[in-house]
Amino acid sequence: MKADLLPLSGISDALAAGEVSPEALLEASLERIRALDARLRAFLRLTEAEARTAAKASSQRRKSKKPLGPLDGVPVGLKDIFCMEGVETTCGSKILRGYVPPYDATVVRKLKQAGAVIVGKLNMDEFAMGSSTENSAFGPTMNPWDLSRTPGGSSGGSAAAVAARMVAGALGTDTGGSIRQPAAMVGCAGMKPTYGRVSRFGAIAFASSLDQVGPLAQDVRGVAYLLSAIAGHDPNDQTSSPRPVPDYAATLDKSVRGLRIGVPAEYFGEGLAPEVEKAVRAGVDKLRAQGCEIREISLPNSPHAIATYYIVATAEASSNLARYDGVRYGHRAKANQLLEMYEKTRAEGFGAEVKRRIMLGTYALSAGYYDAYYLRAQKVRALIRRDFDQAFAAVDAVLSPTSPTTAFRLGEKMDDPLAMYLNDVYTVPANLAGLPGISVPAGFDSKSLPIGLQLIGKPFEEETLLRIARAAEPAAQRAPPIVEGR
Amino acid sequence: MPVSDFEPVIGLEVHAQLLTRSKIFCGCPTRFGAPPNTQVCMVCLGLPGALPALNEAAVEMAIKAGKAFGCRIAERSIWARKNYFYPDLPKGYQISQYELPICSGGAVPVPGLGSIGLTRIHLEEDAGKNIHTESGSKVDLNRSGVPLIEIVGEPELRSAEDASEYLKALRLALIYLGINDGNLEEGSFRCDANVSVRRKGEKKLGTRVELKNINSFRFVRQAIEFEIARQVEAIESGAKVVQETRLFDNEKGVTRSMRSKEEANDYRYFPEPDLPPLRVSREWIDRVAVPRLPRQVADELAAAGVSQADARTIVADPRLVEVHRRVGGDPKRAALFVVGELARAVNENEVDLDELKFDPALVREVWKLQDAGTLSSTAAKDVLAELIRSGEAPQRIVERKGLSQVSDAGALEAVVDAVIARSPGEVEKYKGGKTALLGFFVGQAMKDLKGKGNPGALNALFKKKLG
Amino acid sequence: MPIDRAQVRHVARLARLALSPEEEDRFAAQLAHVLEYIERLQGVDVEGVEPLSFAGDAKAGLPLRADEPGPCLPREQVLSQAPEHDGEAFLVPRIIE
Repeated sequence: MKADLLPLSGISDALAAGEVSPEALLEASLERIRALDARLRAFLRLTEAEARTAAKASSQRRKSKKPLGPLDGVPVGLKDIFCMEGVETTCGSKILRGYVPPYDATVVRKLKQAGAVIVGKLNMDEFAMGSSTENSAFGPTMNPWDLSRTPGGSSGGSAAAVAARMVAGALGTDTGGSIRQPAAMVGCAGMKPTYGRVSRFGAIAFASSLDQVGPLAQDVRGVAYLLSAIAGHDPNDQTSSPRPVPDYAATLDKSVRGLRIGVPAEYFGEGLAPEVEKAVRAGVDKLRAQGCEIREISLPNSPHAIATYYIVATAEASSNLARYDGVRYGHRAKANQLLEMYEKTRAEGFGAEVKRRIMLGTYALSAGYYDAYYLRAQKVRALIRRDFDQAFAAVDAVLSPTSPTTAFRLGEKMDDPLAMYLNDVYTVPANLAGLPGISVPAGFDSKSLPIGLQLIGKPFEEETLLRIARAAEPAAQRAPPIVEGR
Repeated sequence: MPVSDFEPVIGLEVHAQLLTRSKIFCGCPTRFGAPPNTQVCMVCLGLPGALPALNEAAVEMAIKAGKAFGCRIAERSIWARKNYFYPDLPKGYQISQYELPICSGGAVPVPGLGSIGLTRIHLEEDAGKNIHTESGSKVDLNRSGVPLIEIVGEPELRSAEDASEYLKALRLALIYLGINDGNLEEGSFRCDANVSVRRKGEKKLGTRVELKNINSFRFVRQAIEFEIARQVEAIESGAKVVQETRLFDNEKGVTRSMRSKEEANDYRYFPEPDLPPLRVSREWIDRVAVPRLPRQVADELAAAGVSQADARTIVADPRLVEVHRRVGGDPKRAALFVVGELARAVNENEVDLDELKFDPALVREVWKLQDAGTLSSTAAKDVLAELIRSGEAPQRIVERKGLSQVSDAGALEAVVDAVIARSPGEVEKYKGGKTALLGFFVGQAMKDLKGKGNPGALNALFKKKLG
Repeated sequence: MPIDRAQVRHVARLARLALSPEEEDRFAAQLAHVLEYIERLQGVDVEGVEPLSFAGDAKAGLPLRADEPGPCLPREQVLSQAPEHDGEAFLVPRIIE
């Protein structure tokens, strides 16, 4: 089977040409999972029965040339943050072990309506809090390029599954970089849409004003197909935008000549690994060669982004996670009285990073500290947004590395939470400002570890962003050695 | 009694459930009394991944209240999370409004007190119900997510009695507006009282105590009276009044301190990120129709000459106001009907004001017949009673029961002459000064007419003929 | 910005998290470290800046939901996820007031 090694859009074309069937693709996917996932541990559970039914139905449609769209029959995986009716959804946490939602997330419903074949639920940092998937209550996921390293996080399972060709595409969520950073770590494409472009209904909340659902695929065209399927207004999510959804793949190949790319000085300073910088600058050259105008810009409030993020996100999270109290679902500790039940349930159910963030967020909102922390952070957030608004008066996209380093070793950053947080330095600003951002592969370092290049665009201008990403992405996609059995 | 050296300062907070068909943030029905946990969904259960979707009708009702009470209505208001843990609060936070509520200012007209100022009115969601048992609690989330408005009154009340009057007036106004059913027993209208005392003449406010669990007008008075006395006694004995929340124990008639919940009081309010700021256009505000409030109706009745007592009776029940309106015609006469025949029928359970069997406009038909002399006043009452009971057309009732009376001058005259002719003795006595015999003559004439004479006309005729 | 054990305990109580003494110490140190980093925000000039709490589309949220009652979840399904229930209601241990 060669088709399953193709990027998502290649698989889609092969399905359309009748070169491969959805059932064959599903088998290949399951086969590869069997071969690799014992070592990679990307999947928390498979939805084999549902997938077979979906593949069979898709097959009928493909045979009669009546596909639902480019995703019809394409195997995909879902971060275990998405509620799927009748399927255990844990959000990477013990507190939701065994929890079975009674409804589908809106994006899950839309993927099903597009004919995608959902293969299983993917590993993640607990409640999406982390940058390495090491905070999963069910063990970490390994980076397909080097099993001693993390695939990034929190959508580490999604990224690893795509890079290892176990699925053609996946959905993740991105609150501070949780799609883009793992995509960079494993060498695939991953996008966070504009805030409100995709419904959050049924995506378990971490930080409501920052969370966005987004696609991962090996190629930008695959990302575009997925985005078209999941984007759009949802009356169940009143933060979602009513703007119409364009066909994101339709303008992908349009020339990028004349588009202006801003390169912010603040993103190329201390802490950036030299090999990463080199690869990203090569990416800049590649765009310049295709006619883009490259401009030096400044985003002066960038140094405050991490601090701002870790107040706003943890404050919202401390509130969003209050519902995990053992009363109506999930884990409940044995206790004789209510207060004890609450405290023990949450102590037993949550991991250390989640507890830390809940504590930090609670503190930032508590009496006497609200003004100094939460309120102030929301003001600095406005300044960060303003920096981008000003930059976008002169450029069409901002370019930077996705992450300051390539994939780090398992356990390397677990002792110092702050060191882990600093991984997000280039990704959190787009969440704070509500802007769309995408990471595309930009080569490898001397250890053969992937490097990601990030592009940030104007609100609701994903078309332009995807176009530039398409121009920046590599022509051919190398699969990690483990895929070929090496 | 030292209490009279002190002035109580009371402000009431009312939580009123809105009469929307669905909950404030989801489509679950709001009907009271359904079996536990049968009116719930992922949103009002606080399931992972659920998000709130604001109900337009809840906002409309808040605007209606704001307009009725003369509040400033904010074109942009903010939702906030009030964070605390309790089994009946599924998300671990209540979506409410904090810094920028939808309405501010305004006042509630209260008979006898002029009007009492409001601080604000804001929208929020109700919590579920926690039923305490021997071994723990049972949690029913049917009520979780029912829309509430919280109406915060300025501390302008100065006695338990006034507080009770304010509450009655506010409740009635909300019923008139059609946004709340005023049911204290079912808990759709709830009240907390903030009570403090200060020495008379003192400008500074005393320490405020919040009273909870007051679910009838009588308990409002009792609880506040007890609390005023308690606070005065404390101050007089040199102790300090502690700022706290106290529960009213309605069996013992006392207020009791709730176990200190100082940690629980840190609600860590912050703007609700799952809802954009609420935008209410000038155009929407202008468009919202506001029904007349009790005071307006009372004023209109007074202007029409209805007595204060009758007006008070009618205004107290908006259904009576509605019947009065539908009767139409002379407002004073209509009022007399409402407090007379209709009230009687109500007392005898012969009418359900929520489901009238008769068209009130037909009352005017009865008046027409009475004014034309076809019906005596007694007969008219009879017809009205039957009308209320059955809804049958007045003309048919009169025919069926043979209630019409003779008023025709010629016919009556003949009878009058006949009575005079056969009662010479009484005629003489009457002419001699026994004017009371008029009743005898009229009675005789009525007998001849089998009770169907128009007594007024007979009276006049006898007087004329006998001089 | 050192954060002492008492503060950690207070915050843990607000958040309904039981912490072991070892955790209290560890979190106190780790939170202090993070808070120290966050202190840099105090130096930013935010004079006259409106907080950005909603970063979404200005048109989001409209139209508001129409007041139409819709389907609810079947009680059996709801209670099937409950750690403890009696067929009608969720059961929780007693509250010590």
